[in-house]
Amino acid sequence: MKWLAPVITVFTLAAACAPAPTADETREKLPASDLTSGYKFLQADTQALQDDDFANPGFLWVDRGRALFAAAPQQSKACAACHGEDGAELKGAAAHYPSVDETTGKLTNIEGRINLCRTRHQGLEPLDYETDDLLSLTAFVSHLSRGEPVKVDVSGPAEVWYRRGEDYFFTRRGQYNLACNQCHNDNWGRQLRGDTISQGHGTAFPGYRFEWQSLGSLQRRLRDCDAGVRAEPLAYGSDDYLAVELYLAKRAEGLPIEVPGVRR
Amino acid sequence: MRVVLGCAMSIWLAACQPDDAYQFASDVEVEGDAIVRSLEGKAGNAERGLTVFTDRDQGHCVLCHAIEGLDVEFQGDVGPPLTHLGDRLTEGQIRMRIAGAQKIWPETVMPSYYRKHGLNRVGREYLGEPALSAQQIEDLVAYLSSPKA
Ligand code: HEC
Ligand code: HEC
Repeated sequence: MKWLAPVITVFTLAAACAPAPTADETREKLPASDLTSGYKFLQADTQALQDDDFANPGFLWVDRGRALFAAAPQQSKACAACHGEDGAELKGAAAHYPSVDETTGKLTNIEGRINLCRTRHQGLEPLDYETDDLLSLTAFVSHLSRGEPVKVDVSGPAEVWYRRGEDYFFTRRGQYNLACNQCHNDNWGRQLRGDTISQGHGTAFPGYRFEWQSLGSLQRRLRDCDAGVRAEPLAYGSDDYLAVELYLAKRAEGLPIEVPGVRR
Repeated sequence: MRVVLGCAMSIWLAACQPDDAYQFASDVEVEGDAIVRSLEGKAGNAERGLTVFTDRDQGHCVLCHAIEGLDVEFQGDVGPPLTHLGDRLTEGQIRMRIAGAQKIWPETVMPSYYRKHGLNRVGREYLGEPALSAQQIEDLVAYLSSPKA
């Protein structure tokens, strides 16, 4: 068996081979004075669509979410039974997500919180990302925080998640070998073909993208950016994407929630 | 045993160190900031190079670069304009910048199009291949160094 040792060494070393994220002291952060929503970089007609609640296609999902929120599934309570009619008790809540769930100690985004309510309090199965029901409920709950400035807790048990998200943001990946910061910190405002690169805030999501012809989650947008640099996108709900959501929220702190946003 | 381990270490180092140990997709001789000889001995064609430059499924360089007079809408400005590039750079310098921009400028956003080692979580469909073939890069070099660009 002795010969195996070096072989194993090679493999372990190779596994550790992913480029390390840039060192903390060389990470140039986005100056708070520059903080700008992606909305500012949109064409006027796209902005107008986001601003008009009757024309904004994202409201199809918000309205469906409102109905799902109010309806009692068989043998179970409606969301509204705990959180008030039309989610009155949840106003502003989404602006403080992701947050660490006290019971599991795990970082939880809005999708995750909705699923925890389903499994813990409603005796229902969790919903998959990008299903119409989960998108609708997430859009409805997030929309209850529209206009509310993002503010998240990155202390205590959240700190390791925050650091992990930051590492992801500053790590190069994919065949093009690019990190999030290279586009969204260093090149925002520049033209990448038809797109003006924004600062990459998540405050519009779940949002409607013309490219999707649908509403989609923030993680769907992250998967698109990973695919854009020809990296293998991570699975929905992966710890890394959850951590990135927290990092993005902290980075966007002070910007208002725009759900349902409209984007190209 | 030591020899084997040492060997394992050097394999690891070769695959891991991004800048000094930067590896091209095939054996390439670098002179200063240029690759003087054509990649894999291929001859470039400027007509095809124009297509590589603009085509979404090939180089799609217009994502970041603009060329004056080129009939393509929405050319990017993340990178510098490449109009009349041949007046400023030699073919060898242009080849080097396309094949290994990150070898010259380790922090740049310009991808290195002739690299397949030392990368992180490359998408399954692109694994083990450089972003552009030697032929495509030679075509680009021919196009960008010609008076057409
Ligand atoms: C090669 C450039 C590039 C890289 C690298 C990149 N993005 Fe993006 N990203 C874009 C472009 C272009 C858009 C669409 C226009 C916009 O809103 O910025 C976008 C959009 C976004 C948005 C939506 C912003 C909005 O207001 O709609 C988020 C969030 C985002 N990116 C996060 C990330 C994260 C996190 C990473 C790394 C995992 C990343 N991006 C990597 C180019 C990039
Ligand atoms: C994601 C953005 C991006 C893409 C895509 C890109 N470039 Fe670049 N390119 C740059 C930047 C930025 C620079 C400037 C180098 C620096 O200082 O970082 C550059 C520099 C160059 C230069 C050197 C120009 C000079 O004046 O010295 C050449 C040549 C070049 N690019 C060719 C190409 C070609 C050909 C392609 C497509 C196969 C391409 N680039 C794709 C961003 C890009």
